[in-house]
Amino acid sequence: MAASEGGSGGLTEYIRHHLTHLTVNEGHGRFWAIHLDSVIFDISLALLFVFVFIAVARRATSGVPGKLQAAVELVVIAVDGIVKETFHGKSRLIAPLAITIFFLVFLMNFMDLIPVDALPALANQFGVGHLRVVATADINTTIGMSLCVFLLIQYVGIKEKGLGVFLGEFLSAPFHAHGAIGKILLAPPNLLLRIIEEAVRPLSLSLRLFGNMYAGELIFVLIAGLTLDASVSHFSTYGWGLVEVAADALWTGFHILIITLQAFIFSMLTVVYLSMAAERH
Amino acid sequence: MDHVPQIAQLLSMTVIAAGLLIGLGALGTAIGFALLGGKFLESSARQPELTNMLQTKMFIVAGLLDAVPIIGVAIALLLLFANPLLQYIK
Repeated sequence: MAASEGGSGGLTEYIRHHLTHLTVNEGHGRFWAIHLDSVIFDISLALLFVFVFIAVARRATSGVPGKLQAAVELVVIAVDGIVKETFHGKSRLIAPLAITIFFLVFLMNFMDLIPVDALPALANQFGVGHLRVVATADINTTIGMSLCVFLLIQYVGIKEKGLGVFLGEFLSAPFHAHGAIGKILLAPPNLLLRIIEEAVRPLSLSLRLFGNMYAGELIFVLIAGLTLDASVSHFSTYGWGLVEVAADALWTGFHILIITLQAFIFSMLTVVYLSMAAERH
Repeated sequence: MDHVPQIAQLLSMTVIAAGLLIGLGALGTAIGFALLGGKFLESSARQPELTNMLQTKMFIVAGLLDAVPIIGVAIALLLLFANPLLQYIK
């Protein structure tokens, strides 16, 4: 491979460099290390989404819409339709939540399509050593989002069903019994299953999104590493360059599908979990 | 390089682990997608007017199927190219 002149140390170093977050230590130990790049990209993309949508909503006309308004309306109507057929109750929270989650996750995933070295090289001009631009390829981001969804599930459950019924369901679902003795006997397995189910949901949500984005980013870095020690004079550069362009095109095509799909699945699963929490009667 | 036998053993185990990760993940995904796609085509042929709705739901399930094998692939690629286990020897 073209990287063999520098030894595999060159490629490994390149990969390690691109997988390192810009970290700030707020205290002792690794728990208090904040990944500054994920936080910055997460918040800026969220602000971008909010401001664009507010601007479109303020200037919305019932006459002939502009292109941006038409695009936003398209997505809002589509998500609203899907939420209506999944969630059978009445809630003013769920459809906007689904739209927000979909767009936020999609915007953060979209940063993966920017060339691997582009933003880190730009940041290097300002003295920033490491930069990872894909916020959802950081397990902290995805776990943060799924913990918020988890708390929302409990909140919606308590609000729609009342605290007594909500807590009672921990002991009486999914196995139902009619006599008093049956209820007492079935309470421990019900509780166990319920706890496992509630714990697995945020875990699977976060790991699914993180795994897809991390794998996508890693493969982009590997493809970029194909021409690591390239020089314009050596003939092998052009061969490997062509291979790299082809591999990049294929993987980007596939990855565009993946980022949309994963954003859609995150928001759809949130809607499904919330509707299950609100109506599990 | 003074720990060559240990490094050799670690690397050979790592490569086998990466192979198992990717291979078994691919196996599960392939069978899952085949079943999913087959059922979708069957139901679409029985009731063509439901194709759009079924296609949406098919993509949802496809995304769910995709998740765990891709995590496996990510871990396998990490092991192959930037092995974090080597720090315990070097």
